[in-house]
Amino acid sequence: MLETAFTGSKRYYLLLAALGGLVAIGFLTYLYQLSSGLGITGMGRDVSWGFYIAQLTYLVGVAASAVMVVLPYYLHDYKAFGRITVLGEFLAVAAVTMCLLFVIVDLGRPDRMLNIIKYPSPNSVLFWDMIVLNTYLLLNIVIGWMVLEAERNQVAPPKWVKPLIYLSIPWAPSIHTVTAFLYSGLPGRGYWLTAIMAPRFLSSAFAAGPSLLILLALLVRKYTKFDPGREQIQSLAKIVTYAILINVFFFFCELFTVFYSQIPEHMQHFYYLFVGLDGKARMVPYMWFSIVGMTIAALLLVNPENRKNETRLALLCGMVVITTYLDKGLGLMTGGFVPNPMERVTEYWPTIPEALITLGVYGIGFLILTILYKVAVTVKEEIKA
Amino acid sequence: MKKDVKNEFGVFGERPQVPKKLYNAKYIFGGLLIFLALVILPILPNLGKAVPPPKPQVDTPAIQKLAGQDKQCVEDTAWMRANHMLLLNDWREEVVRTGKREYTGKGGKKYNPSLSNTCMECHSNKSQFCDQCHNYVAVVPNCWGCHLEKEKKVAKAEAK
Amino acid sequence: MSISRRDFIRIAGLSTLFGLGARGAYELIAPGQLEAKSVPEAAATGKRWAMVVDMHKVDADTARKCAVACHRLHNVPDFANPVNPKYKVDPEELVRWEVKWIWTDHFHNTFPGLDQQFQQERLDKLPFLVLCNHCENPACVRVCPTQATFRREDGVVMMDMHRCIGCRYCMAACPYGARSFNWRDPRPYVKEINPDYPTRELGVVEKCTFCVERLEKNLMPACVVESKGALIFGDLNNPKSTVRQVLRQSYTIRRKPHLGTNPQVYYIV
Repeated sequence: MLETAFTGSKRYYLLLAALGGLVAIGFLTYLYQLSSGLGITGMGRDVSWGFYIAQLTYLVGVAASAVMVVLPYYLHDYKAFGRITVLGEFLAVAAVTMCLLFVIVDLGRPDRMLNIIKYPSPNSVLFWDMIVLNTYLLLNIVIGWMVLEAERNQVAPPKWVKPLIYLSIPWAPSIHTVTAFLYSGLPGRGYWLTAIMAPRFLSSAFAAGPSLLILLALLVRKYTKFDPGREQIQSLAKIVTYAILINVFFFFCELFTVFYSQIPEHMQHFYYLFVGLDGKARMVPYMWFSIVGMTIAALLLVNPENRKNETRLALLCGMVVITTYLDKGLGLMTGGFVPNPMERVTEYWPTIPEALITLGVYGIGFLILTILYKVAVTVKEEIKA
Repeated sequence: MKKDVKNEFGVFGERPQVPKKLYNAKYIFGGLLIFLALVILPILPNLGKAVPPPKPQVDTPAIQKLAGQDKQCVEDTAWMRANHMLLLNDWREEVVRTGKREYTGKGGKKYNPSLSNTCMECHSNKSQFCDQCHNYVAVVPNCWGCHLEKEKKVAKAEAK
Repeated sequence: MSISRRDFIRIAGLSTLFGLGARGAYELIAPGQLEAKSVPEAAATGKRWAMVVDMHKVDADTARKCAVACHRLHNVPDFANPVNPKYKVDPEELVRWEVKWIWTDHFHNTFPGLDQQFQQERLDKLPFLVLCNHCENPACVRVCPTQATFRREDGVVMMDMHRCIGCRYCMAACPYGARSFNWRDPRPYVKEINPDYPTRELGVVEKCTFCVERLEKNLMPACVVESKGALIFGDLNNPKSTVRQVLRQSYTIRRKPHLGTNPQVYYIV
């Protein structure tokens, strides 16, 4: 099946070449980071996690959201999603791969990476994150590939794939829950110390992931002979609507608890993000854009007319992707670290090398995505022919 | 009528007639050549050169000062030669993780398990004693990224 | 029975995966047992180290001397003071890369929430000496994915620089900012190098160790020696120790006790 990835249009090869270029630039910059240290990033002793871990958090959500196409198809027998489950699974494969790479580029000593396996520490959430992410990656590669291969040969997939599919359904929210637990169990960080962290992560994931999937489905329809289907896109749009509404609701729940209780350790972080603290307010415009944009997108999505018009839907989905990215990526990271536990404000902003390495990892992810989607789409086109 | 072929693996249809021609010979041999060149490349610079085997010296001033029996290392020379890296790893685990800072060597003598402060006190000639062998067998121990060699300092002190 | 190459590879791959998982499973069923069996029991000293900072005796000069003694002994880099002027760093980087084991801070930063609008005037000027609190219930140890940071029997929260992978989860977990990461190679910033103590390498986290290497030799931590009595150090398990006496006689406070970390550095204010 993989051979279908080697024949394609000129545009396909151009895309691969462009992504390869990004990867090359990112890799060279990573070599620079390896030799001079993480000092080339904007991180420091106060904001000790930054852009890399922000991407990890966001992409775990994208990966987990594959369950939103798998679950209706396999548990509720919603036949329409049968066409696009593989798109969801392959998106998860690319996203989880990026997650793992972002952890690696963030390590100070990547040469000792396997110490996590050599000295397993079940008390550390990072240990569990490593396990759930790797397992999820494996599950999605195997399931996506086996089901697609069976589809191509016009036979039923092997029996042993079914239990794996059922396992992958609870596994998806578990990866994002564990990722939320990375933050929500730390005693000195008021912004993260909230039981609603995992639910918030899941709601924003189930909004952002399917939004991305809608955008990808529209692209696939435009540039290939395979149409993921109008009904499928409309169903995904409903999922996005509910999820983003819940996400906005959760945000206001958070605001209520923090500001009605008036506990300074919890309020300061919101002050920093939304009005600035000690005259430092780098995140303010982004956070306002994020929360206002998210709320407007959520309200507009409620109107069926806006969902039925695919141009408007695409715009709203783009808005959801961007606003949740700002909220859960950079906002979550800097918001948690600023002010620091001694109530000092040191701001964070990624540097150019940091951004290049990040782009390199995205390059790898989209390279994987492009190749996997190429295979999937070619198979779907073959069947149709 | 095609004849089936039976062998120890089972019964198979007749082997298909494949024309005896190598397809894409240009790329296959080209690729093989590049592969060979890459494999040989690192060997070329040292081709025909005999690197003399290392002869680590143990006659540092600190060791010369030691009397007869004390000239012995913490363990037998032969054992140390084979196992010093394991011993150092053990010392490291014990000192850092269990806080055990005593090592009973051969003959019951007690030592402070420390690379910089025990080993290198006697073997103060790091470049001669450590590096020579490590270079010869091409290993790069990462001890010295943190632990400090005192060679220059000792040499300076002796010059005075 | 014959086995095809395809099956062989499949089985071999699966066995490898389970093999890797086995240790983790063992840790889950019997935490710490595997490690405990492979290393000898810790020397049962029965000690529990703690420190009292008497702010009546700490002035700016003493505080500085304590920090200098500690940092010089442990080869802690000073980014403001490179060995070679060409390694000079700008002030913004100085803040981000700073490595410190013991330093001073204001009252309201040391004890956030305890400062009042109207309070004793001397509090605003006092240089509060802060360091790792060697918590009884350390968050950093809980989150470490490799047990590179761990709590010794005697209460010292220790770092194993040989094992740290530089994930900095401990820095996110520590509510006292006691941990520093090596964002840069520290050696060009250690002016007077102490050859008896290692430096650190790029990419690992470090912090105060209560001078375990000195405790082993029955010596007091370097900062305590330098403090001229402002820092009191000793064994909490010994009712006759000076720390216990001081704790009996004076009212002491600790940093952020409500977080449940149970810090072992006490302050007489």
